[in-house]
Amino acid sequence: MATSSERSPPPFPDSEDQDVLDSEEVGGRESDEDDDGGGDDLLFVNPSNPPLTKMDTTLPPASQPSDVLMEPPSDLMNDPLIEPFSSLTENKPTSKIVSEPSDDFVDLTNNLADSPEDAAESVLADVAIDTTEIPLDEPSDDFVDIFGGETEAPREEVVIANVTVKAAAAADKSEVTSDVTDPPGDLKTGSDFEQEANETATDSIIDLSDDLLSSNAQKPPLASDQFVDPLVDFLSDAPPAADAKIPSRATVDLFEDEGNDLFTEPRQTKSAKQQQKSLFGEADEDLFGEPLGATTKKPVIKEPKGKPVPTKAARDVSNMGGPLQDGYTAEPADIFSEEAVTTVPSIKKTSAVNSKTNGVHSEEDTDIFAATVELSLDSPQEERKKGVPAVPSASAPSVSAATSLAKPQSASLEELDDDEEEEEEEEEEQEDKFDISISVKDPEKIGDGMNAYMAYKVTTQTPLPMFRNKTFTVRRRFSDFLGLYEKLSEKHGPNGFIVPPPPEKSILGMTKVKVGKEDSSSADFVERRRAALERYLQRIVHHPSLLQDPDVREFLEREELPRAVGTQALSGAGFLKMINKATDAVSKMTIKMNESDVWFEEKLQEVESADQQFRKLHVLVESLVVHRKELSLNTASFAKSTAMLGSAEDNTALSRALSQLAEVEDKMEQLHQDQATNDTFNFAELIADYIRLLGSVRGSFDHRMKAWQRWQDAQAALQKKRETEAKLLWANKPDKLQLVKEEIAEWEVKVTQYERDFDRVTATVRKEVVRFDKEKARNFKREIINYLECLLQSQQQLIKYWEAFLPEAKAIA
Amino acid sequence: LKLANMRSVSVDLNHDASLLIDIPDALCERDKVKFTVHTKTTLSSFQKPDFSVPRQHEDFIWLHDTLVETEDYAGLIIPPVPPKPDFESPREKMHKLGEGEATMTKEEYTKMKQELEAEYLAVFKKTVQVHEVFLQRLSSHPILSKDRNFQIFLEYDQDLTVRRKNAKEMFGGFFKNMVKSADEVLISGIKEVDDFFEQEKTFLLDYYSKIKDSTAKAEKMTRSHKNIADDYIHISATLNTLSADDSTYRHCGGYYMSSFVFLQKVEGRVASDQELKLTELLRYYMRDIQAAKDLLYRRARALVDYENSNKALDKARLKSRDIPQAEEHQKQCLQKFDKLSESGKKELTSFKGRRVVAFRKNLIEMAELEIKHAKVSSPIQPRDFYTLIHVYNM
Repeated sequence: MATSSERSPPPFPDSEDQDVLDSEEVGGRESDEDDDGGGDDLLFVNPSNPPLTKMDTTLPPASQPSDVLMEPPSDLMNDPLIEPFSSLTENKPTSKIVSEPSDDFVDLTNNLADSPEDAAESVLADVAIDTTEIPLDEPSDDFVDIFGGETEAPREEVVIANVTVKAAAAADKSEVTSDVTDPPGDLKTGSDFEQEANETATDSIIDLSDDLLSSNAQKPPLASDQFVDPLVDFLSDAPPAADAKIPSRATVDLFEDEGNDLFTEPRQTKSAKQQQKSLFGEADEDLFGEPLGATTKKPVIKEPKGKPVPTKAARDVSNMGGPLQDGYTAEPADIFSEEAVTTVPSIKKTSAVNSKTNGVHSEEDTDIFAATVELSLDSPQEERKKGVPAVPSASAPSVSAATSLAKPQSASLEELDDDEEEEEEEEEEQEDKFDISISVKDPEKIGDGMNAYMAYKVTTQTPLPMFRNKTFTVRRRFSDFLGLYEKLSEKHGPNGFIVPPPPEKSILGMTKVKVGKEDSSSADFVERRRAALERYLQRIVHHPSLLQDPDVREFLEREELPRAVGTQALSGAGFLKMINKATDAVSKMTIKMNESDVWFEEKLQEVESADQQFRKLHVLVESLVVHRKELSLNTASFAKSTAMLGSAEDNTALSRALSQLAEVEDKMEQLHQDQATNDTFNFAELIADYIRLLGSVRGSFDHRMKAWQRWQDAQAALQKKRETEAKLLWANKPDKLQLVKEEIAEWEVKVTQYERDFDRVTATVRKEVVRFDKEKARNFKREIINYLECLLQSQQQLIKYWEAFLPEAKAIA
Repeated sequence: LKLANMRSVSVDLNHDASLLIDIPDALCERDKVKFTVHTKTTLSSFQKPDFSVPRQHEDFIWLHDTLVETEDYAGLIIPPVPPKPDFESPREKMHKLGEGEATMTKEEYTKMKQELEAEYLAVFKKTVQVHEVFLQRLSSHPILSKDRNFQIFLEYDQDLTVRRKNAKEMFGGFFKNMVKSADEVLISGIKEVDDFFEQEKTFLLDYYSKIKDSTAKAEKMTRSHKNIADDYIHISATLNTLSADDSTYRHCGGYYMSSFVFLQKVEGRVASDQELKLTELLRYYMRDIQAAKDLLYRRARALVDYENSNKALDKARLKSRDIPQAEEHQKQCLQKFDKLSESGKKELTSFKGRRVVAFRKNLIEMAELEIKHAKVSSPIQPRDFYTLIHVYNM
């Protein structure tokens, strides 16, 4: 409660970011403190409501349309991503079913099976009803308006997106179920929904693009109707204040139409329940969050009478599933809006991008462009509202483009993460969902003596627009790789990210290479390291957040890299020490930290025992490799010896058979050697990677503990200050009291901040660990198959060799 | 001298039914192994047609030594004495395993123990087998099967209570071997009169060194195989623990592990079959060739004796003293040498045939087993493999 009282509504345009953060945080914490539902409720209402109310009162008057135009960018960037969903998943259920917020989530999962269909149906049904009531021409007219002078293409695109919404909704059903069970109540859920839908939408676009014509023909009303949907959404996000303030008749009408189509459900809820007064409160329950309330004020009042869907309304109120359904209707729309957004802007930007959107659609594109698109869509709408018919769409998008490009990272960071997770869940096969492949090749010794070092060619191939070229190669030395890790772990480690570690320095191995010994062990070392570096980079670029890091891009792209310094800390023993230190710290802190989160407790134990087992396994596999190499050597010498014996044998046939046996054994030696390599590269190295990675996982746990510690310390400090305050009150010293009060305020802010930090880190660690586990399972699966394939091959060879030998043995007379 | 049916002699003895010997049972008490030697015979020289007696390894050694020392058998290849039962290595391993029990999971320990027990059993079987083969070679030999001591060995139903060699005799034996080796060097310089033996000598000396090398290499190779089999046990146990601990592996780890278990079995079987078919073959023929070399040595010795007797006769003639004795001695030496040469030639020829047959048999069996292991025993067959991948992908 203390926190909520402190969280005064932030001033609107400037700290919109902050606000978004707030709601996110609240969402995150709610999952951890389900039992504290009552208190949280208030919190939930607070963060989302304030901006709204504020907007109404403090927003620049509508007479400044330029302002409205200017503001949206910041809004758009963040709002669509987080706000609608926080309100969707958290605010709504909590406000409706105040007593049992946690139950809600359980229900969510349970009801899912029916509700998505319901939702989809309802949307369809509504649309159908609408089409009868509202002249079809209107929406389609709008459509044309929005896209003004543009070609037919965008329209088609949008239609596709629309059609896919249904598919998305249906597909969601399964995904959501699994998701929700995982981190219930997390903000993640919200954004996950979005992501999934996003994804499915993308997928279905591909699917549906073939059917485009038919679907167009069949469901034109639906398409156009739904199309309006996103507009409303956008509208609601960005210029709600403006809407509220400028109640021009035309606008209202416009919205009515759209509203009818799309928001039937929310409206019903409202109509069934409430009076106009509580519109704002209700709005939160809505899928579309605050803005909707404002924008749809009118329709809401009007609609109920016109719309005869009372059954649903009733269900909404009484049923647990109600909110869910709402969520569902909203979701498709939202999702779709994102998607539509994406497609539209890409068309606007370049035709090349457009084609990509249609085909294999990379996630990054979607996200990065999401912001831009929304704006572009938005502005036409805005213009239209104001009665300006021909929209200079070029100007508005350009503004938005600038803004969105400025911070695509922050906006898409979180999302990408989710994307990745979902992908993995769905499509275990498509591992390289990220259109980026990295190879480390051509290790080359540069320089002589002890100053020599190895340089590697790092080649990147990617169609991602964030890179300047599609293929580029840079030369990097080993310490550059270490330097990259240091930078990344410094930046992302404290936030709970699992930064993939590079192979550690090996003084022994490198010295051999430096001395220039051309033996097999040094070649082996170089190859092992090269492969390890390659896997290291691949892990980084396949991590959605890390890929966005400018240092990663610099590492991959920039011709000359400033020399990495201070990488000594990572050298061999030093690296191990570091890990051990981290481990110690963790264990020490565990004692202090009263772990309230069972998940973390279990996970940490799991990680620790896995680490132990992996270490054991690594030793075993190394010994297997040694034995295999021994076997290979022994087989070779036996082959030689058999050949000699064959030459000594005076029976011609036996002599021949023996020399054949020698040949077989020679081949067997090669098989054993290949198998040893297989053991090493497919198995031992993988395990070594995971030992290192588990170190990073522990590191992320450690960072979470640190965040917790900081929060606790701040709380203790605050407590002290409060005690001082009480004492001063007692002693009646107003001058000092003022000072202490200020300090208390300061600490309160800090406590809130740190708590948020902790929650954020916790959420990230959780997400990262889940991702890590999935990645691990996938990785191992792939390697197992690889490994077995190698074994299979060598076995086939073996059979071939012995079968060839058999007649020789039989020919002995 | 009756030299009949020499072709029947090989490790894989298909002798006539007049004297059948096998060791159906053996008892292992501490270091001592008691073999039950069972004989079935139609020969009248035995009192009963069917009987069993308990014998120890030392009794076999005694039998071998008496045969070697019998002057009449100097021209024969005396079947090599079976090696002393060696249960040391599995026993030592068992001990080690007991020590390392704490560091292993229960499953791992059980598996290792099973593996060691299997190895122990294999060593035991092998020991019985070599003892059996020794007796069977004697029984199928036209001359040696008539040996009195051999018959006593088979028939006497009490403990033979063979006097164990005392330290002096042990040393004496060692000394004798030294002398023999030195002798061999001396004798090897002697000019061979017979081309056949000249060739045989060169061949056997060469072959012996080669087969000795091969045996050592094969043993090493087999050991490596066994090491790998052991590694697989530990790895599969660890993978098992890992997949039990870790929720994300649960479905795929199990497969990985099971594939390793299977592999380990295959690898273990490959090792023990290689041991049986290849290493044992080489080891046996190494000893057999040693026995053939001993024959050559005895013949060379006789040749030297004959040449010395010639010299003595020449001397006697020069001195015109003791000429008849010298003549007699020279004649005896020549006779002995001729006899040795004659039977030696036959023995060596038969040895050659026996060796080729044995090699053929074992090499075929080994190749077949290798193929069988790769094809049948392994879970990693194309069909199963793709099933596996399919399961993974579900």
